[in-house]
Amino acid sequence: MSEILTAILWLLGSVVALLAALGLLRMPDVFTRMQVSTKASTLGLGCLLAGAVLQLGDLASLIHAGSIGAFIFLTTSVSAHVIARASYRAEVPLWEGTLVDERRATKRGMPGEQSEAEGK
Amino acid sequence: MLEIATPIALAILGLAFLLTVVRLVKGPTLPDRVVAMDLLGVLVVGFIVVLAGSTGVRAALDAAIVIALIGFVATVAYATYVERGHPE
Repeated sequence: MSEILTAILWLLGSVVALLAALGLLRMPDVFTRMQVSTKASTLGLGCLLAGAVLQLGDLASLIHAGSIGAFIFLTTSVSAHVIARASYRAEVPLWEGTLVDERRATKRGMPGEQSEAEGK
Repeated sequence: MLEIATPIALAILGLAFLLTVVRLVKGPTLPDRVVAMDLLGVLVVGFIVVLAGSTGVRAALDAAIVIALIGFVATVAYATYVERGHPE
């Protein structure tokens, strides 16, 4: 029973990871590529970890896999935010179909106030 | 069941790895390559996790933790480099 569940979880996780890589290849823009890769890679890795814990089936591997999962879940969002901010600051071109760019209005105006607000 | 599923999952992960490497080589800008490197790290962690689960080598999970840590630090460092711009 647990073997079947593990097989299903592993196949699901690897297919989600493949979708992430496909999105990374096909999306038109840094920002859209980033959102595909980060979201799908955490879900795919979560499935793979759950399958491995089911297969190994002891407390030590549960703790190991849980710490990997918690770490990836916490850091993927942080690193995506950092890359997005850096690439916007470096003025990487947006996709030509982009409709809303809310940062552009504030970018022109007051750089001092903007950096203060971001410094937290 | 698992004897069939494990090679298939590993093959799919390898294909994802190849597609990500294509983006890493092609990527028109530096942030594209940084995002591709980030995804490569996550894919390697997944690969190691599947291998550890199928072979029962629990020590491989420690290697996965280390690779996840290094990937995060590398991504943040690259982002700082991108944000500061190229040295004048």
